[in-house]
Amino acid sequence: MSSPGSKIIIDSALRAAANLRSSSMPKEVTQRAAAMLSSAPSGGKHTLPDLPYDYNAIEPVVSSETMTIHHTKHHNAYVTNLNVALEKLDAAVSSGNVGAIVGLEGALRFNGGGHINHTLFWENLCAKDQSELKDGPLKKAIEDAFGSVDGMKKELSDMSIAVQGSGWGWLGYNAKTGRVECATRANQDPLQATTGLVPLMGIDVWEHAYYVDYRNVRPNYVNAIWEVINWKVVEERLIAAQK
Amino acid sequence: VANANTGTTLTYDLPPLPFGTSALKPMIGKKTLETHHGKHHAKYVSTLNALVAGTSLEHQTLEKIMKASYKNKSKPAIFNNAAQAWNHSFYWNCLKPNGGGVPNTNQHAKLVEKINASFGSFSEFRKQFADAANTAFGSGWAWLASDRKGNLSVVKTIGADNPITSGGLIPILTCDVWEHAYYLDYANLRPSYVDAFLDKLVNWEFVAENLERAIDSGRNWS
Repeated sequence: MSSPGSKIIIDSALRAAANLRSSSMPKEVTQRAAAMLSSAPSGGKHTLPDLPYDYNAIEPVVSSETMTIHHTKHHNAYVTNLNVALEKLDAAVSSGNVGAIVGLEGALRFNGGGHINHTLFWENLCAKDQSELKDGPLKKAIEDAFGSVDGMKKELSDMSIAVQGSGWGWLGYNAKTGRVECATRANQDPLQATTGLVPLMGIDVWEHAYYVDYRNVRPNYVNAIWEVINWKVVEERLIAAQK
Repeated sequence: VANANTGTTLTYDLPPLPFGTSALKPMIGKKTLETHHGKHHAKYVSTLNALVAGTSLEHQTLEKIMKASYKNKSKPAIFNNAAQAWNHSFYWNCLKPNGGGVPNTNQHAKLVEKINASFGSFSEFRKQFADAANTAFGSGWAWLASDRKGNLSVVKTIGADNPITSGGLIPILTCDVWEHAYYLDYANLRPSYVDAFLDKLVNWEFVAENLERAIDSGRNWS
């Protein structure tokens, strides 16, 4: 591939040919094309995104120690293992091994979901002095659906606290009803892929998210996280979802 | 009230740890034991008591509550708390200071025999158990479980599930891999915790007793 431009042209051609299942394309080429198109973006690997702030930015709600381990160890592991799973997927697809493809479901769901969820999470947090829910479409949507912002916070907090074991609490946008709603997911199941809701704001309630700072007292962590929510990003996500 | 046969307790009581909170250092720290036992396990017990109070389950054994509530999907809270209370009681008995390593062939002949018969070798068992513990996605448990003939298998479960309810098997050893079991001592490094558990903490006496009881076909898990 000599340039990004030629790669785009070749990708599209291969994609079209693979989709058309052109009988004049050799089977091996079709399989390899499918494998190449199925995996990492732009032929590269997924990478750990930087935090939009310093590790100590949301103290004392979440400590620098927790943010460092959470980002550099936990999220990083999801990225690494997602890349491993995608390489295995390439191999399985290009060898036509359907059993192996299906066998990767767990690893893709867990690590892909982990990468998606944490990327969204870091972006919807910010320093306390930048956390402000101003009047606008988000506030209106919340009030329409829950009566008040406090009503939404209570519902999502209760649901997040009640998650058994590991999981996430989400404020999501339901494109069918045009309303925002709360949801929880187990483990790293990504919200949109498994429910269709567009994720607007996530709260990680895996123990690793709060154990160093709050130990077993998840309710204290969930109640405190509201102080460092980046409402600007949450609103941008809503506006984008509504387009 | 402790059940002398199984070491598990009936409802109502938080069983005391079989050792002091500093006894398992540095493999499992004092703060971990205080929080894990005194907060997490204690909460499962108190929540369970509150949930079954005044219901037909109130004076049942923990095992009975677990099995009844497992089938009754409309009351997941009762199952979650009963099973977690059971699992934790069992787990504390699986730990001891200066434990771990390989079970003694003289003292625990039957256990060693069954491990070799079921896995080929102790090191193969160790590998499978560690894999199960390290690959349980999210919160869960790794188990060594037996059928009534002493055929052993490694099982991993999610959340509060255990081999009794989800597999019809008899647990003989468990390792808690919910993050709260190891986070203060190992942060994200679950494999280091699992190695410490296997190498330094496993109470093989308890495991051997559980196997004997499993094989004694008279034992009734109700």
